[in-house]
Amino acid sequence: MSSSKTAVPQAFEKTARTYLDDAQLRRNLGHATRTIRNKRNNVVGEMPDWEELRESGRQIKQNVMMNLDRYLLQLEESVIKAGGVVHWAHDAADANRIIANLIKEKGESEVVKVKSITTDEIGLNDALDKEGIHALETDLAELIVQMAGDEPSHILVPAIHKNRSEIRDLFREKLGIENLSDKPAELADAARRYLRKKFLHAKIGVSGANFAVAETGTVVVVESEGNGRMCTTLPQTLISVLGIEKIIPTWQDFEVFMQLLPRSSTAERMNPYNNFWTGTTAGDGPQEFHLVLLDNGRTSVLADETGRDTLHCIRCSACLNVCPVYERTGGHAYHSVYPGPIGAILTPQLRGPDDVAAASLPYASSLCGACYEVCPVKINIPEILVHLRNKGVRHKKRRGFFSGVRIEPVIMKMAAHAFRRRALYEMAQKVARIGQRLYVRKGIISKLPFQLSSWTEMRDLKPIPEQTFREWWRTRS
Amino acid sequence: MVEDTLMKNSKDIILKRIQSALRKENGMKPQLSGMEPPLRGIDRKYETHSKLSQVERLRLFMERVSDYKANVTRAEEKELPKVIADICAVEQVKKLVIPPGIDTNWLPEKTSGVALISDESGPLSIQEIDQSDAVLTGCFRAVAQTGTIVMTGGAGQGRRLLTLLPDFHICVVRTDQVVGIIPEAFWDLDPLIREKKVPVTFISGPSATSDIELDRVEGVHGPRRLHVVIV
Repeated sequence: MSSSKTAVPQAFEKTARTYLDDAQLRRNLGHATRTIRNKRNNVVGEMPDWEELRESGRQIKQNVMMNLDRYLLQLEESVIKAGGVVHWAHDAADANRIIANLIKEKGESEVVKVKSITTDEIGLNDALDKEGIHALETDLAELIVQMAGDEPSHILVPAIHKNRSEIRDLFREKLGIENLSDKPAELADAARRYLRKKFLHAKIGVSGANFAVAETGTVVVVESEGNGRMCTTLPQTLISVLGIEKIIPTWQDFEVFMQLLPRSSTAERMNPYNNFWTGTTAGDGPQEFHLVLLDNGRTSVLADETGRDTLHCIRCSACLNVCPVYERTGGHAYHSVYPGPIGAILTPQLRGPDDVAAASLPYASSLCGACYEVCPVKINIPEILVHLRNKGVRHKKRRGFFSGVRIEPVIMKMAAHAFRRRALYEMAQKVARIGQRLYVRKGIISKLPFQLSSWTEMRDLKPIPEQTFREWWRTRS
Repeated sequence: MVEDTLMKNSKDIILKRIQSALRKENGMKPQLSGMEPPLRGIDRKYETHSKLSQVERLRLFMERVSDYKANVTRAEEKELPKVIADICAVEQVKKLVIPPGIDTNWLPEKTSGVALISDESGPLSIQEIDQSDAVLTGCFRAVAQTGTIVMTGGAGQGRRLLTLLPDFHICVVRTDQVVGIIPEAFWDLDPLIREKKVPVTFISGPSATSDIELDRVEGVHGPRRLHVVIV
């Protein structure tokens, strides 16, 4: 396995530095996010009712969260009625065990997989590997990532950090094809030929799901390459993992989300293929269908009234493409299968406050608000970021992180004291004005002493001016 | 069985967690109450019906399908045998898969030399479908706004595999099947899902990937070419 998988996760500000130094990565990311941003603006711009769709999407999701238990039970009933089997998994280990057992019961040692971040989240491939089962990724980017022993770096295009010649070299080595150019069409064709054989012999398919309808039991996988069609049609057994937040109440609700998702995600009017299935159908597709309902931390997100809206996410990745932080660091800096702004609010909530790396993620933002503007279900990401920062500080306080030499709280208390008294405030200004002379270089402070240095480590400060407005006003009269 | 108890436990655990997470706001005990399905109060102010005339719808549909790099032809129904035969000749189709219940008036002329492989009298094997050159089908609906074809596995469409393994898909769309916008297609599908639970596939252009440097490549695993014939 790659070093990125075994390394102990560090705080975002530490890992981001490493990735910022990677010029190739930044070029790839800059190109990719710019392209997709522009395309999205075009296809969203041509929708006269985009804002109305966003609002309906938000309301439907809110309704789902407030009645989640009811909808889950309704979904279970509908799926069973349509000929499927429903399993409940309260955490990753639970889900992996259920899936491994289903595969072992069939006596199989290889399954074909549709790209699914949910199965990445629970580490399904590694868990199956330990049971002697090979899970073959069939999405082109996931296949590239899997072959390279790497990790995905983008929700939609996981191999966005690799360029064409890197991929050609990988295919030459792993697929044993000598004469391969770095033309994307030729690389895609090589993958097609390799995977076609696998598809035709596959007995079990494993997928995630974009939505599931409580009322009818319908599950949908949205995709572009046709590997989703292959995996949900060819094998006799299909196992789908569904995060419990992905429920929508009725079939009619698709008319909202199937408009919001493609335009926000791949920036297309519609992605090439959408596969909807309702249980099993005699003579067409898998004759055995298993739906695994996954919690794995989602119910703790639900318990936080402000953080709860995070569960509305439909995994479109529009927020990644507009984020100035993501565009520069890439997905790996987030140490999670959910990178970018949505990852910065989802990961820390899923993993809980004691995961130091995850707890640093709410700071991986300049709070510019671009993510909120593009979010198809109107998740107020900046608000949740601030909420989580606040929650993080309170948690640290309780854990006594601020006892001892940390002077930040002391300074804050002193500042609060000064801000409340005009005379004190003005005196502090005068003192600072004299004191800062030691640090001003060319009209800018870029290095403060002692504990204050952590503020200037990432940013420059403007010095306090020689004359304040009040002082100027006094000289006037 | 141990398995069963574990599963039951997980279900209970999840439902209890949800109920205690929501208890505060709902002001009730952490248990499922017997209320009616709570779907009231969702604003749906988006468009649910297209404002386009049939002529405009058709023009838009043709334009949007072409945007996906699929071919579009308009034809009279009686010309179909010739039109399909011509398409097969251009694309070098020797073996053409046809689904059960296909309109026989659509089939390519006998003189075209195209061998028809029918799924009608007993299902074709995966290998037979995989080794064919193309498939000819109708569809359930088409959506102008997005250039989408909606397949439901009914007569003239066949099971999902038929339109998946061949490298070339010829799809005949009748003008009265073209709706304006996405909500209209979901509306028409509703009874089929409720009563027959049919599998549904939306096809918008040939399969594609943008996984390598976001450079779009048409044709990965599904049919690499799509030809829509509007009658």
